[in-house]
Amino acid sequence: MGIASLEITDRIEPVALLPTLPGDLLSHPVFSPYVDDVGDAELVQMYEDLVVVRRIDAEATALQRQGELGLWAPMLGQEAAQVGSARALRGTDFVFASYREHAVAYLRGVDPTMILRFWRGSTHSGWNPFEVNMTTPAIVVGSQMLQAVGYGMGILRDRSDDVAVTYFGDGATSQGDIAEALGFPASFHAPDVVFCQNNQFAISAPVGVQSTVPIVQRAAGFGIEGVQVDGNDVLAVLAVTRYAAERARNGHGPTFIEAVTYRMGPHTTSDDPTRYRDAEQFAVWKERDPIDRLLRTLEHRGLATPEMLAGAEAIAAAIATAVRSGCLATVEPAPESIFENVYAEPHPLLEEERAEFVAYHGIPDPTAGDSPEAGR
Amino acid sequence: MTTLTLAKAINAGLRRSLDTDDRVMLMGEDVGALGGVFRVTDHLQAEFGRERVFDTPLAESGIIGTAIGLAMRGYRPVCEIQFDGFIYPAFDQIVSQLAKIHSRTDGAVTVPVTIRVPYGGGIGAVEHHSESPEAYFAHTAGLRVVSCSSPEDAFGMIQQAIASDDPVLFFEPKRRYWDKQDVDLDGTPTLGLHDARVVVDGTDLTVVAYGPMVATAVAAAREAQADGTSVEVIDLRSLSPIDFGTIERSVAKTGRLVVVHEAPVFLGLGAEIAARISERCFFLLESPVIRVGGYFTPYPPSKVEQYYLPDIDRVLDAIDRSLAVE
Repeated sequence: MGIASLEITDRIEPVALLPTLPGDLLSHPVFSPYVDDVGDAELVQMYEDLVVVRRIDAEATALQRQGELGLWAPMLGQEAAQVGSARALRGTDFVFASYREHAVAYLRGVDPTMILRFWRGSTHSGWNPFEVNMTTPAIVVGSQMLQAVGYGMGILRDRSDDVAVTYFGDGATSQGDIAEALGFPASFHAPDVVFCQNNQFAISAPVGVQSTVPIVQRAAGFGIEGVQVDGNDVLAVLAVTRYAAERARNGHGPTFIEAVTYRMGPHTTSDDPTRYRDAEQFAVWKERDPIDRLLRTLEHRGLATPEMLAGAEAIAAAIATAVRSGCLATVEPAPESIFENVYAEPHPLLEEERAEFVAYHGIPDPTAGDSPEAGR
Repeated sequence: MTTLTLAKAINAGLRRSLDTDDRVMLMGEDVGALGGVFRVTDHLQAEFGRERVFDTPLAESGIIGTAIGLAMRGYRPVCEIQFDGFIYPAFDQIVSQLAKIHSRTDGAVTVPVTIRVPYGGGIGAVEHHSESPEAYFAHTAGLRVVSCSSPEDAFGMIQQAIASDDPVLFFEPKRRYWDKQDVDLDGTPTLGLHDARVVVDGTDLTVVAYGPMVATAVAAAREAQADGTSVEVIDLRSLSPIDFGTIERSVAKTGRLVVVHEAPVFLGLGAEIAARISERCFFLLESPVIRVGGYFTPYPPSKVEQYYLPDIDRVLDAIDRSLAVE
């Protein structure tokens, strides 16, 4: 038995604010006011963000190909969905990410070199979540969503106006945990921004395998407002995410955002999208490139000067160089570190196994004060 | 001293934890107005309010997943899983998330979540209401797993579990919920959460049990005493970590060991205990370690559960078989 249809039948017009042809901003009765403050400088800043994160992504892919990373999950094509949403958040909001939110991490203040440490195999994490208020990669698809909801329930109890934001993909919407992660915040009125990047694929399976209706419609059955936004329109994503965050801050509970975008690269560097990707569809989305999209408005406004463009490229190149040298300079964890932080409090079995391990490997005990004599 | 059932003793321990730490909250299915299907959370919502004692949607993964988020926000959630057999929908959130977040984040994030699980059979229940799933969790690094057997321990151990900065699975022997004992409600526990307790002193053979099987083991020891055999009974109390020191000291004295639990013998806690004690006490043992437990079958319908569950006679039979080895 196969899936009846891979086509999503209902069509919705996603929210858009950037024109697809050269021109100035589009107007939207609900969402335009949310980006009234975005002037030339802010548009240029977002352009720089997009260029930088694309460059980090490309550098990471190159490092994987050169054997420096075990794996990488490229976000090529999804830059606007991530930059627009991340730019809508406050530092005190808390992001629960999936594993492809490299641009979000960058904008939360994570050193990009630390993002790579996870993919290199040097750590399961990469950064302290509390330093940037963003979790490290969640690999079990959808598992982070419930944690975001619980965090939001804690925000409510604290009488805070922070919000919890959870990122996930179209594939995750088929997981049981997402049904629970929509039911709980609806029941508790938790301040959650539920941000789905519909990048059209779960590894190879097109979104039609996950749903026969637009993903955003899943929210309605839970009594959650859903908004579908053009995920390649950085300004529209910013506006819609600000709208959702404002609703949450004002006690109106969760909002579900479906950012419609396209994964232009493979699922990971181990994947071969030519086996399942439709060439025509790919060509259509190539025309919708999120950086080109913003550039048209910058050009229209006379902001795309050679200096501005070269400046953004120079910043991106400098960060890429730092990422590369940082990656190559990674200090790998000590073998006995596998026993660290398994528990917050002492656990006798672990201590016993650690002692056996260091004895077996002849690792000097730093607490004993004696180290092996040189030359032995 | 107050005479309490085991269920009321847990209730008293929860009340004390709620009283002493306002970050503690209770969550689960029917824990609010109803007080839980076993009334373990009876009256606590009325006393502490709906923000601290609350009903959740009927979704076990959601209960544990949201508890993790609450813990990350600084709270100390105590989750109730209504029955042992309902814990599996939460398996990923427990073993892949809760257990691993501290390690995953290189120690940056602690998740002090307590999961209360009424477990075990012998109450004539329908399917999925009588299981003993503790080994699944004891097998996972990052989790602590304990089981109380008496009201006094229940009162102290639940408070210790909640106070732990690590996630703790707290298995409650549901068929012993109505057992009574004097409990000092102003007292503090004399043992650490992970210490075993010698509940009956003996010299000829050691029986290790935990949770609902402790009472069975003690009753078997009494029967054996009448036949002139001195059996030492150890209440394991903690299943991860395991207090092997207490078992080793006992085996050094008796030279014989029987391990009893309701869970299937195959790959159960008894297998680990038998292997470790055989490694560490090989030359002290007079006979092989014998395990008594459930069979390698699904938990049976209640009309025949008495044939599945270890009872006094099966423990005595194991004692006899051990003593038969000269």
